[in-house]
Amino acid sequence: MAKIIGGYFTSHVPGIGGAIVRGDQDTPYWRPFFAGFPPIRTWLAQARPDVVVVFSNDHGLNFFLDAMPTFAVGAAAQYDNADEGWGLPVYKSFAGHPALSWHVIDALVRDEFDITTCQKMLVDHAVSIPFELAWPGVEHWPIKLVPIAINTVQYPLPSPKRCLALGRAVHRALQSWGGDERVLVCGTGGLSHQLDGPRAGFMNPEYDLFCLDNLAANPDALTGHSAEQVAELAGTQGVEILNWIAARGALGEAPMAEVTRNYHIPISNTAAASLLLEPV
Amino acid sequence: MALDPFGDDRRRRRAIPLFDGALAARGFALNAMCFSFNDKANREAFMADEAAYCAKFGLTDEQRAAVAQRDVLAMLEAGGNVYYLAKLAGIFGLGVQDLGALQTGMSVDDFRAMLERRADDIPAAAAVREAV
Repeated sequence: MAKIIGGYFTSHVPGIGGAIVRGDQDTPYWRPFFAGFPPIRTWLAQARPDVVVVFSNDHGLNFFLDAMPTFAVGAAAQYDNADEGWGLPVYKSFAGHPALSWHVIDALVRDEFDITTCQKMLVDHAVSIPFELAWPGVEHWPIKLVPIAINTVQYPLPSPKRCLALGRAVHRALQSWGGDERVLVCGTGGLSHQLDGPRAGFMNPEYDLFCLDNLAANPDALTGHSAEQVAELAGTQGVEILNWIAARGALGEAPMAEVTRNYHIPISNTAAASLLLEPV
Repeated sequence: MALDPFGDDRRRRRAIPLFDGALAARGFALNAMCFSFNDKANREAFMADEAAYCAKFGLTDEQRAAVAQRDVLAMLEAGGNVYYLAKLAGIFGLGVQDLGALQTGMSVDDFRAMLERRADDIPAAAAVREAV
């Protein structure tokens, strides 16, 4: 049985990638955000994960509106990044773990989650930036990747309740896996932000802190809203909290302990957070 | 059960655009063009001849006018999705704060200042915990 060592959550906005390229980590604007990561790096160095299961959303790199899966699980031997069109560097590739991916896919479908399976999948900044933050400057990623993409682009989006249930089904899949890998779970995106429309620039610390305060001990508290209500509360791109909710589900139903948390406004147009949870 | 929680509240709906099937259908050509901008050669082809490139993707008159006028709110009304429109904005050298300023009618500096003021909305109890 794989050992689930903890959950790593972070915002992923492209502006972070720009700040890394420019070396702005210690500037007054960026320092309060990057200050959240040294404790996470220390913890990861001790926890030594082999595999990471990442819940994130594609921003128009791999998926287009011609075919938009609600939930998609990668089953590739390698995941490349590519030009996303707005000037970020092309990030290094991830090695996949096809055997574990296919096990998760098999378990999810038997568990009645009718996911899409992707033997080819580009991963965008939503996957790359969290690991640029976790292991800055490494030549090769020290982990293998199992990516799970959640549609946060085209409505209807899956509900918070369904995302938590998906995550819990992934947890069951990891429990029934025969390997002894040390598995890190990761949820990326958010927190509150809105890029489009007359309400552009909207953030909602009250809702963000409600999510942060409940994620470890009572994630079911986040399932009382519909996806549309989350868009109203967190902003139209703040719905990326769905990735965090699913990742929390993949940690299982037991309460988690909060190792470290950081919350800061603003980075780019976003209320940003990082959070690390581990089993009690 | 109401699929659209905002119903006839058009002002609220415009403030919180939900990119639903109707918008996805209306915006397909515009978003397809923006999706093509992942490829550098396509970005260069757009810059070399914007009208021809838009015609190649079959943009509607409404979409073509919105792009020509760099009118972000009109692009959204025409079915553009911000994740794809951001790639078009990148060609024009516009970041998300520029887009925010264009959509709210503020200057970019005022929009940035507004974002920074959002930090004042963090409840005092959370700020205390962060400092510990």
